[in-house]
Amino acid sequence: MTRDVRTRLLAAVIGLCVIAVACGDDADDRVVLVAYDSLPVEDTTLNDALAAFTERTGIDVEIVTAGDTGTMVSKAVLTAGNPEGDVMWGVDNTFLSRAVEGEVFEPYAPQGIEALDPSLVATAPDDMVVPVDVGDVCVNYDVAWFAEHQLDPPTTLDDLLRPEYADLLVVENPATSSPGLAFVLATIAEYGEDGWLDYWRALDANGVEVVDGWNEAYYERFSWAGGGPKPLVVSYGSSPPAEVIFADPPVDAAPTGVMDDTCFRQIEYAGILRGTPRRAAAELLVDFLVSADFQRELPLNLFVYPANGDVELPPEFVEYAVIPEQPRTVDPDDIDAHRAEWIDQWTAAVLG
Amino acid sequence: MDGRRPGLNRLPRPFVAGLAAVPVVFVAVFYLWPVATLVGHGVDADALHHVLTSRRTWDVVWFTTWQAVASTVLTLAIGIIPAHVISRFRFPGRRLLIGTLTAVFVLPTVVVGAAVLAVLPGSLERGVVAILAAHVVFNLAVVVRVVGATWEQLPADMEAAAATLGASPAAVLRTVTLPILRPAIATAAAIVFLFTFTSFGVVRVLGTATSTTIEVEVWRRATQLGDTAAAAVLSMLQLLVLGAVVWSSAVAHRRHGRALALRSHSAPPRPRGPGQRRYVAGAAIATAAVVVVPLVALVERSLRTRDGYSLNAWRRLGRSEVRPGIQLGVDPLEALVNSMRTAAWATAIAVVIGALAALAIVAAGAAGRFLDAGLALPLGTSAVTIGFGLLITFDDGWYDWRASWWLVPVGQALVAVPFVVRSTLGVLRSIEPDLVHAAATLGASPVRAWREVVLPHLWRPLAVAAGLAAAIALGEFGATSFLSRRGNETLPIAIERLLGRTGGTLQSQGFALAAILAAATVAIVVFLDVAGAPRRGGSSTDPVRITTGTRSPEDG
Repeated sequence: MTRDVRTRLLAAVIGLCVIAVACGDDADDRVVLVAYDSLPVEDTTLNDALAAFTERTGIDVEIVTAGDTGTMVSKAVLTAGNPEGDVMWGVDNTFLSRAVEGEVFEPYAPQGIEALDPSLVATAPDDMVVPVDVGDVCVNYDVAWFAEHQLDPPTTLDDLLRPEYADLLVVENPATSSPGLAFVLATIAEYGEDGWLDYWRALDANGVEVVDGWNEAYYERFSWAGGGPKPLVVSYGSSPPAEVIFADPPVDAAPTGVMDDTCFRQIEYAGILRGTPRRAAAELLVDFLVSADFQRELPLNLFVYPANGDVELPPEFVEYAVIPEQPRTVDPDDIDAHRAEWIDQWTAAVLG
Repeated sequence: MDGRRPGLNRLPRPFVAGLAAVPVVFVAVFYLWPVATLVGHGVDADALHHVLTSRRTWDVVWFTTWQAVASTVLTLAIGIIPAHVISRFRFPGRRLLIGTLTAVFVLPTVVVGAAVLAVLPGSLERGVVAILAAHVVFNLAVVVRVVGATWEQLPADMEAAAATLGASPAAVLRTVTLPILRPAIATAAAIVFLFTFTSFGVVRVLGTATSTTIEVEVWRRATQLGDTAAAAVLSMLQLLVLGAVVWSSAVAHRRHGRALALRSHSAPPRPRGPGQRRYVAGAAIATAAVVVVPLVALVERSLRTRDGYSLNAWRRLGRSEVRPGIQLGVDPLEALVNSMRTAAWATAIAVVIGALAALAIVAAGAAGRFLDAGLALPLGTSAVTIGFGLLITFDDGWYDWRASWWLVPVGQALVAVPFVVRSTLGVLRSIEPDLVHAAATLGASPVRAWREVVLPHLWRPLAVAAGLAAAIALGEFGATSFLSRRGNETLPIAIERLLGRTGGTLQSQGFALAAILAAATVAIVVFLDVAGAPRRGGSSTDPVRITTGTRSPEDG
């Protein structure tokens, strides 16, 4: 190739690239919602509700996901002030202090906040975030699998250490996943700061499997929902009613059960990301996220209870949901002070 | 003939300074400043104490070190026979074998990781065995070419002479061959150790929580746990270890390395006799198998589904659905387009900066050595350190460039610039200064003479360097892992995320993407080989030679 032709070719390539880059859109009539990867981006009633929002306000909602809550929060802290989106959905009470300390949010008290349960709103510091849903993180079991293997499903945390339940449990990594961290906090609440590591070492010896996120655990490793090998999974107390609702062919009884001794109460929040260029659109979106129109789609899509008290729950939810009498909790200040240390200790004990 | 000849030095100082200004500013802003920020972050008493007293830190350091040593020993052991066969014998398919080894060397780390993942059985899929296997496949080319280069020059007459004096083959090996090969073996070992110590892509794909290296731990702490201080401390720890290794190998090289003016006067012979023929054939086939089988397995796994073979994964490349409505968070086809765009920009930046730097180094004569050393610095640091440094430096005020579209290409260019400089420097240094003198006597000003004589020599090596930079940028994973934001993920990132979903269509899609990336990289390498044939005093177009800095007899 002569030098002339080569130069022209190079210039043409560079020119094309410049055009390609310059033609990136920067539409101002959209808002970007950053969420964990189990938030559906299309085809569900949740997305239909968001479409209705778009129709009413003219603002497109773009959903951006990458991993479970822990990963999402870490990315948000690294990009604080220059965020990847405008509103964040799904940071929960176990990861909230990390996000707030990382100065991830801008304060905003949405319209319609009066409809939310005041005890939940009290847990959100300084209007940085607003509570959007509540759930219990519990170990779920596959009813059919235990019936087939003629085993009684375990009922308590201690039961999980027994040899007949060896190699049956899949949990999520607390560093990257909020149900994972919630389950670890449940064991800390139960066994105290001196005993929980021994419990995990025993659980590890009994063959517990660790994956990175809830999506993978529930939809790939769990025997009922994912066709995987494990009949025990850390999931939500509201997973069984969801399984009834989506069952095809329909069933009478819930195909999965909940070990309510293992439950931990989890509150999820949404907030406006600091440094967003689309503050007005973000405010409108947050208003919508706490409104009854959106909150009523939460039980059947995310398997959680809406924070908005005005919303009526679907009847299947009321019938099949297990609301534990005494879900465990850990003081948020304790979580804030010790979370990093606990995660490190857990990693060393279970993965090290 | 080197750049210290007075002819090229007659260029006016401001001109040379102007040439050097852009690369110097580039390296200072995008490399030195981030490294300084990194050190600043890490020199935090709390973080230092926490990291250095934690058991996990030392477990990780220990694992990184011993897997690097094991990889080096394994690669040397496996590579020595192919090195012998390729350099001492002539056989059909020799050039093809060399080309295949080179192509595998230039492949992105994620692709090699995917290939090894595809070929190993389920129980060995992740962990130490897989990591060592991937390292061997990757670095075989280094051992074969570096040791082979010296072995090629060893005159057969020396060994024959020793034999006539009564030495047995073993004694010949011990007293004649090995002492001459020792410096080359040491160089190859040092290079393989450096590559495997800083291995990131391979360990990300094939590692587990217990078999992780320092680089991956830095990434995990920074992006998954949000603990940037601890990540900075680990980065510094790695820099210290790397610095120590490089320094000790340079010292050893200076002390023991001898410039042997060996020249083999005869072409390598064909294998004689059935024994030799069997040996050569066996070695060649085994070597080809080691590098080709994983790649074939890659394509095979992309076609394999639960019920037989199908193009399902390939057809569904535009969707990364986990279940109805739920996405994986990365669009494979968008990642492909992003990769090409980013690589194009990174190549452009690397070529411009590299060309200016090479011209400045040659024009500056003795002072050029500092610029050369300075530009080689990013080469000694890992890509992870570069990416991490960029991420935590440009995050405030007027220099908050985290969201800029050009930050990822800049990170990739930083990794590629040293290679561009290396491959053009050889050519520039070998230009006859008399040509410049002749132009001067014909009345040209120093700048004009330089422009008319030197610049035309630049284009061909620059084209070759551009190809190499494009291959590096396409497969770059370490720096991009830190800098990529939602919407501009590149192909290696998409591949790694897809490969993490064991079994099922998503993983097959990962294999399919890896095959595409492999094909693109190989196409670039083949084009390099065809388009830039070596000439007298010309640059080597061989990526292995450029990367390892070795010279061949044809280089000036």
